Amino acid sequence: MALQSQLMDDRGHSRKIEGSVIDCVISRDGQYLAYVTADGDLWIATAQDKHSPDQWKVYHPHDGGILCLSQDISPQGFLTGGDDNTVQRFIPGQPIQCVAKASRWVEHLTSWYNLKTQQGLFAFVAGKQVEVYKNQDKEHCAVLQHDSTVSGIDFSQYGTALACSHYNGATLWAVDTQEKRGFVWKGSHIGVIMHPYDEALITAMQENDLHGWRLSDGHNMRMSGYTTKVKSLSFSMNGKWLATSGTENVVMWPFFDGGPIGKPPAELTGIPNSCCTQVTFHPQYEMLAAGFLDGSVLLIDTDAKKVLPVCFGNQQSHGSITALSFSPAGDLLSFGTENGTIAVLDLS
Amino acid sequence: MSDSNVTEKNTDQLVPVTVLTGYLGAGKTTLLNHILTAQHGKKYAVIINEFGELGVDNDLVVDADEEIFEMNNGCVCCTIRGDLVRILESLMKRRHKFDGIIVETTGLADPAPVAQTFFVDEDVRSKCKLDAVVTVVDAKNVMQTLDDSKEAVSQVAFADVILLNKTDLVDKETLLKIESRLKAINPFAQIHRTEKGNIALDKVLKQGGFDLQHALSLLPEFLENDHDDAHHHHDHEHHHDAHLHHEHGDGITSISLTINEPLDATRFNSWIMSILQQFGMDLLRTKGILNLKGMNERFAFQAVHMMADGDFIGPWKAGETRNSRLVFIGRNIQEKLLKDGFERCRA
Ligand SMILES: [Zn+2]
Repeated sequence: MALQSQLMDDRGHSRKIEGSVIDCVISRDGQYLAYVTADGDLWIATAQDKHSPDQWKVYHPHDGGILCLSQDISPQGFLTGGDDNTVQRFIPGQPIQCVAKASRWVEHLTSWYNLKTQQGLFAFVAGKQVEVYKNQDKEHCAVLQHDSTVSGIDFSQYGTALACSHYNGATLWAVDTQEKRGFVWKGSHIGVIMHPYDEALITAMQENDLHGWRLSDGHNMRMSGYTTKVKSLSFSMNGKWLATSGTENVVMWPFFDGGPIGKPPAELTGIPNSCCTQVTFHPQYEMLAAGFLDGSVLLIDTDAKKVLPVCFGNQQSHGSITALSFSPAGDLLSFGTENGTIAVLDLS
Repeated sequence: MSDSNVTEKNTDQLVPVTVLTGYLGAGKTTLLNHILTAQHGKKYAVIINEFGELGVDNDLVVDADEEIFEMNNGCVCCTIRGDLVRILESLMKRRHKFDGIIVETTGLADPAPVAQTFFVDEDVRSKCKLDAVVTVVDAKNVMQTLDDSKEAVSQVAFADVILLNKTDLVDKETLLKIESRLKAINPFAQIHRTEKGNIALDKVLKQGGFDLQHALSLLPEFLENDHDDAHHHHDHEHHHDAHLHHEHGDGITSISLTINEPLDATRFNSWIMSILQQFGMDLLRTKGILNLKGMNERFAFQAVHMMADGDFIGPWKAGETRNSRLVFIGRNIQEKLLKDGFERCRA
């Protein structure tokens, strides 16, 4: 069953797969689209064959389920983490390669890349331990130990530091020296994002709110008012806005003019009686994509507050939006759902 | 207590989670392997702790770290298992792969954070339900263990089902002594005698110990148990409103209260909330079925320490005694205060 909307009819492609989609991402060169399911399937589409979903191919990188996905450092590749405690590298046309073995589930992965210098890093979480790898090195360049399980990781602007969220706060590690700066706030922190210009480190918390620290002086920030846990966070490319899931409407916190401290958030549109589950900013424009519990996807222009529906969740069979990602150039939007629909929208 | 954003799910669609507790050597892992290998055609995902006694042979085994997280209210009893939140959420994305989940805790573990995870976390609540806490004790060592360990007493007090294992290693008289001590700590749990963890699975799984629908069926059991119990505190005082099981040095008592007249819903609510706030740290489990004035449906209530849950569970049945019953299991239970307070909730 295809996803129906004017926009999807004209410019979109989708197919149904087995299992529940947990993430999707588009390669650094914009040519490959990856979707992963909790059951362990890695689906690959190419920008070229996006028109024919029957041609999309499935791989099984792990001996078991997949828990996380990220872009690789290589232009076309992807990394996956699984419940077989390994990290696997998929590069089109090459055999899948095991790049790391851990002693716990690999629950989070992230990578960073500098186009000019062609230097890159990736990091993954296995329990309380985070390992960092440089370029295509076979050995890790840093192992970061924590007192509790790490719930999220994110690199700083220049890849020099890695933020890790955990129980009672977050730690910002210098990748080279492994010097750490601790940010303490009592409670369970369940995810982390770095401001694109390293102005702040923001965490989501178990109690349906956000916490943050201004990096210049460690000043605390509290951002609350959510109806559920905030599981998706995205900064606009200029660092002005932090978009968040967790309520009926998309909520954006201002990171300018002294905000978000003492500033109310901007509430964009949403889906009545639903809940936003995924947000991701466009890599170039002040525009974001938002996915919802009922399966809807909206494109929202944050300036003009214009809304373009990608699809409506009136088809219950698709389930909620669980994955949402722009290509690096912003010409493709990929998304996936709880009940196994994977889709791509051409925005060029 | 319900969240408007979470669609109310039929509890039958929720994946049942069974929690196995018990001291090291009591036979927890033997029971676990018995459950997994029995011919029942069901598949289980198993969450084990890193200090497990034996290997567990199963397709889906997850190592857990037993991370106890305090909630933001600053109260030391309001804790959840952070690792369970993560693991259950991940397993629920593969829910077609299994029929139920079994969580094995370490020997010293307090069952409260596990149970409270199911009260507090909305993601867990929306996809899974805590079915029962099953506590394994071994006949040979349990008396000594209960003397030595507050945790062991808590595990018994918390249980919906107690497996008295290794019964072949002691004589009948000792067994009776053990059982009466277990009942004194927790008169509500079903006690089953086993050897080598062998037990019919329907005695351990699908118990509905935290299902509000079953709260009612558990309460009369209390009175019956009491009736059958040949122990010294028994003196046929069923006509009394309050029923206190005296402690045997284990520090845990239970009390059962009954009121025949309808209750005022608002007054009961504010009273029970203030009781849980004030004494919740000492109250391991609270359960009740209430007859609220002006309501045709039975109201079921339960709490683990301070975390409470309540709902209407359908109309009173024909011939059913329409009264309000409330039980508390805990430490330092103030019988008179609870009894007087409950009685002031009359409409
Ligand atoms: Zn508490």
